[in-house]
Amino acid sequence: MPLLKDQTFIADVWSHVEDDAALPDTQNITVSFARLQKDWDSLAKFPGVLGVRVPNTLRASDLTPYIAQLALVVLPFPAFSDGRAYSLARQLRLDGYTGELRATGNILPDQLQYMLQIGIDTFDVTERFTLDAWAKASRQMSLAYQRGLFRSGGEREVWSERHRGFEAWEEQPHAG
Amino acid sequence: MYRYDEFDHQFVKERTAQFRDQANRRLSGELTEDEFRPLRLMNGLYLQLHAYMLRVAVPYGTLSSRQMKQLAMIADKYDRGYGHFTTRQNIQYNWIKLEDTADILQHLADVEMHAIQTSGNCIRNVTTDHWAGAAADEISDPRPVGELLRQWSSLHPEFSYLPRKFKIAVTGAPNDRAAVKVHDIGLRLHKNDKGDIGWEVMVGGGQGRTPMIAVTVRSFLPEKELVAYLEAIMRVYNLYGRRDNKYKARIKILVHEIGAEKFRAEVEAEYAKHPGQTTEVEERELARISKYFADPRFEKLSRFVPAFEEAKRTDAEFARWVKNNTAAHKRDGYTIVNISLKATGEIPGDATGEQMRVMAELADSYSFDELRVSHAQNIVLPHVKLGDVHAVWKKLGEHGLAAPNYGLVGDIIACPGLDYCALATARSIPISQAISRKFADVSKQELIGNVKINISGCINACGHHHVGHIGILGLDKKGEEYYQITLGGSSSENASIGTILGPGFAGDDVPDAIEKILNTYVKLRGPGEEFLATYRRLGAAPFKEALYAAA
Repeated sequence: MPLLKDQTFIADVWSHVEDDAALPDTQNITVSFARLQKDWDSLAKFPGVLGVRVPNTLRASDLTPYIAQLALVVLPFPAFSDGRAYSLARQLRLDGYTGELRATGNILPDQLQYMLQIGIDTFDVTERFTLDAWAKASRQMSLAYQRGLFRSGGEREVWSERHRGFEAWEEQPHAG
Repeated sequence: MYRYDEFDHQFVKERTAQFRDQANRRLSGELTEDEFRPLRLMNGLYLQLHAYMLRVAVPYGTLSSRQMKQLAMIADKYDRGYGHFTTRQNIQYNWIKLEDTADILQHLADVEMHAIQTSGNCIRNVTTDHWAGAAADEISDPRPVGELLRQWSSLHPEFSYLPRKFKIAVTGAPNDRAAVKVHDIGLRLHKNDKGDIGWEVMVGGGQGRTPMIAVTVRSFLPEKELVAYLEAIMRVYNLYGRRDNKYKARIKILVHEIGAEKFRAEVEAEYAKHPGQTTEVEERELARISKYFADPRFEKLSRFVPAFEEAKRTDAEFARWVKNNTAAHKRDGYTIVNISLKATGEIPGDATGEQMRVMAELADSYSFDELRVSHAQNIVLPHVKLGDVHAVWKKLGEHGLAAPNYGLVGDIIACPGLDYCALATARSIPISQAISRKFADVSKQELIGNVKINISGCINACGHHHVGHIGILGLDKKGEEYYQITLGGSSSENASIGTILGPGFAGDDVPDAIEKILNTYVKLRGPGEEFLATYRRLGAAPFKEALYAAA
């Protein structure tokens, strides 16, 4: 499965370790949230870089004890119509998480721009769509009414532009 | 009225171009119907029993003459010469061709309209009081907040794939004409002793299969906090609303299952988490929008207009229509004209292209260029001078628009039912027409007085039968249509859900049953007591007896 980032396909440097598999020697690994909780004592000492695969029923606050040591959170979209992970992503960003957010599951071009705006960086996509289709999908709208999101796609915020000088939002650690 | 600026124009233009591309890809076969479905639904395009149906948003029910004329043009050119005004203050076209839809959306964009989020599991068109800005009892015009929320909810990246559709209603008056307690979120304006205004935030009302009255989560929210607070509510719903069963996916089920206290605690916890959020931009945006809704240039007029009084005295038909179809305006010498789209035997909410043009021209000449669509499927001219009312009435009468039955038995709310809708289990329109004919004599209707009859053709309750004083629900029993009657519903500030009276009736028997119920009321009512009050005082027993006691 191709991994989409910044309108290009990149290689996935992460190893996604199953729950019953031994921890490999590689640099970047993800484990399930269940394993993260269960094996935290040993995982906390893992010499490489750690990421987690969470269910979309997770409470953002459940990640708080671990978040400082996580460089990747993988969010599931089991169906394009299941939008829970949008809110989870937004909560993590609002909580100050600056690592990578990755979307996996049923991701279609028509959702891509929303996901980018909500602060998701990388996308596990199918080979069905060309890079061109994804690039086009990422910039379908050049404007957005909502404020304080992560406009990595470059949309202009209508309200902020209308009222320049008053657009300060809370800290946006990820926005830059 | 609100006017688009360059940003609003650009936004709708881009969205229209995007839909044109999607429709072309569907027409060329590049997209399957399954893939096209969620895309067209986000733009208000449904596939119904016989054809595509396009639902056009009329934000908070407000239209200019120019917009109404464009709706008329679309009805004539792309539909069969008429359109259907809905209980969501929108308009639907029932006979649309897919290849025309992008052009129609372009025509809408030309007059600052769109069909964005008129369907799909997202925040739908915000509805409000159809007398907003005109009513004598209003604290403040709720439409600026309606427009603020329209913008905020448009293509919201976090809330476009909710568990289910989401409806917000706003009222600025103590007499609730926007049914806010039966919406996913209802907002009601209050003024405190110090003269400050704040919003009561109610959550979890709804109709459908599981009718519920909303619970208040904040009784006096400062206006500047509205957007941020609504984001917290939406986030809690998006995360924890049920997704395993679409019939249990509305926010009312979440509120009901975890309880109002726990729900409130979740929202408050989410809201408290990000106190750094600034609100200056929202305040300034609301102030910017509010300017568009400043009062039109009302003249200083006398409360007593001799020509108007004289016309009433000499023309009993006119006097009757004035009595039934006009309402108190906040300014002396003006009135609110309610145009009933419920002429005897007609389809509730339908208007021909010609009728739309006539109403548009009347608004242009006599109502500061403004019209409203009401959730009771009527059209309102909000600001008519008393001295002009007779001319307005005469013109309406020439086009079948002067039915003097506003708020009476004939003013029935009905969904499209099995005549159009793919979900319906029974027909609504013919039942509505039959009741309307049965009570064609307006004197009979006036004798009965204020009563709301609502008809739905299936349990999804688009005709709002749960909150009708008399509700009629069409069901299917082994291939036969039959109709359940409920009494005692209300969508006002004293909202209640109606109670089923007893066994259902065949369609042909419904008008007689309604007549028996109303005769019973007339017999038992106290002086000046309206139907709902009598029902609340006496309960169902006398009505049951009238309907079901052996002859």
